[in-house]
Amino acid sequence: MTMIEIRWHGRGGQGAVTASEVIASASILEGKYALAFPEFGAERRGAPVRAYTRITDSPLIPRTPVERPDVVVILDRSLVRRDYIEGLKEGGIIVANVPLKPQELLDKLGLAGQYKAATVDATSVALKWLKANIVNTAILGALIRSTGIVRLDTVLEVIKSRFHGKIADVNVMAVKDAYDSTQLSWG
Amino acid sequence: MEELKTRRPIPLSTNYAIAYAARDLDVDVVSAYPITPQTTVVEKVSEFVANGELDAAFIHVESEHSALSAAIAAALTGARAFTATASQGLALMHEMLHIASGLRAPVVMSVAMRSLSAPISIWNDQSDIFNARDAGWVIMFVHTAQEAYDTVIQAYRIAEDPSVLLPVMVAYDGYVMSHTTEPVVVEGRESVMKFAPKRQYPYRLDPDRPVTIGAIVPPEYYYEIKYQQVKAMEGALPKVDEVDREFGKAFGRSYGVMECYMCEGAEALIMANASYAATLKSLLPDAWKQGYKVGLLRLRLYRPFPLRQFVEYTSNVKSLLVVDRSISYGAPYQGPLANEIAGAKLKEDLGFNLISVVAGIGQRTMENEDFIALARLAWEGRTRKFPETVFYGVRE
Repeated sequence: MTMIEIRWHGRGGQGAVTASEVIASASILEGKYALAFPEFGAERRGAPVRAYTRITDSPLIPRTPVERPDVVVILDRSLVRRDYIEGLKEGGIIVANVPLKPQELLDKLGLAGQYKAATVDATSVALKWLKANIVNTAILGALIRSTGIVRLDTVLEVIKSRFHGKIADVNVMAVKDAYDSTQLSWG
Repeated sequence: MEELKTRRPIPLSTNYAIAYAARDLDVDVVSAYPITPQTTVVEKVSEFVANGELDAAFIHVESEHSALSAAIAAALTGARAFTATASQGLALMHEMLHIASGLRAPVVMSVAMRSLSAPISIWNDQSDIFNARDAGWVIMFVHTAQEAYDTVIQAYRIAEDPSVLLPVMVAYDGYVMSHTTEPVVVEGRESVMKFAPKRQYPYRLDPDRPVTIGAIVPPEYYYEIKYQQVKAMEGALPKVDEVDREFGKAFGRSYGVMECYMCEGAEALIMANASYAATLKSLLPDAWKQGYKVGLLRLRLYRPFPLRQFVEYTSNVKSLLVVDRSISYGAPYQGPLANEIAGAKLKEDLGFNLISVVAGIGQRTMENEDFIALARLAWEGRTRKFPETVFYGVRE
């Protein structure tokens, strides 16, 4: 398989780094090689953060920032802008937390025909299940649904090992809910 | 061997991989002070102690100086002692670094390499380790989380060997490795202890047989004791190799003391370690496609320096680019490793052109194209001299 490169954009506290690690962890448990790492800054709640996940079948993976992603995941609505799409490969996928239909998102960004989009109202999903604006597990549902890079079950397994008790339960519900409610520009 | 092949890798950061190694090695004493980006190593170890997976004395200290002091004392009683640090922590330990090696205390310490203040930078470079290189420790650089787990295990076999009895540092890049999630095969207590059983420290502190360790030594004897460290370091070289080979037989993974990657047909080499070595491995095929036939000389064992392997790998190349991620201010080459390599080149009468490059200071970003640019520089170095250190990517 060729390498799949994902770039995550969120704000400190939303869980972009955790999401990048959950996807890498699920890939590793499915027998692939993967790396996940944040763009390191002093951790500040609310500041824009980025993280990266690379998935492939070879242990040779560069530990450099992802400049040409196959998928851009945007966790925060204020970051749903063209400058955060920069470098996305032709035909690449934008996974965004917005209360818009995917085609509306592409039109709004002026990127129709160039990229594919998957949209989910992850904020509402997070508020419903977690009672907090921590959208990372919800956006994971949208990423799995739109890319199929890992199985939903594997991601749920990782979440259950990472979180405990009720926290694990509501995050599992958030992933499933977002998985079901994600809309795709191509389907 | 069948069982090995089916063992399932789990996702771990390098910091966690090291904590799992300490757990599987059944360390007796952990004495550490948290510092970014090392913190999650000791967090995880303390979790293992708290939940009963590791039966160790976890000593909470007020500084890194005390952390290493306690680890040295523990090792001298015959306990298996572990500590971990980075950056200012390693700098604060500096006095005790020399005492650990001088007392021949087989302490193992992991170092998540980070820049030094001032100005304050929490980010990665290798200033901490290169400031500690002459403290008489065995120093090993690792380039994946798996290698970190494996090397910490190897480190105890090396440190505790009666013919060595030297402290060992296992170093890896802060953040770029310490906080990166990747696959790691964890072997577990039983097979790790079979490979690295605890041994009786020959000169241990024992209340029933009181001895004084580390007393004042007059000029008539001090020199000989320091010379014993010279011989111990020389003796560590074949031991590191031997332990690595045995590790390979036991677990199916071995690394050598120095690795030459894509060196077949290469006319130029880049010497790099840790995360840069990992990245170069993935990107060198692209460099070759662009016509730069450049190999990677990965520095794994740094002290003692594996000179024989170095000569073997570099005797037929036209250029060697040495990447330093720390600065030796005012030195002939301002990269400390390049300075040493200039010495090795002279000593062994090697013909390559040496290119000294400083990069990644304070974790200045290196993108894929920057690594290709290093390959291009190494390639150009075949036919062109670079008399001065190249400060790659700096704004003047």
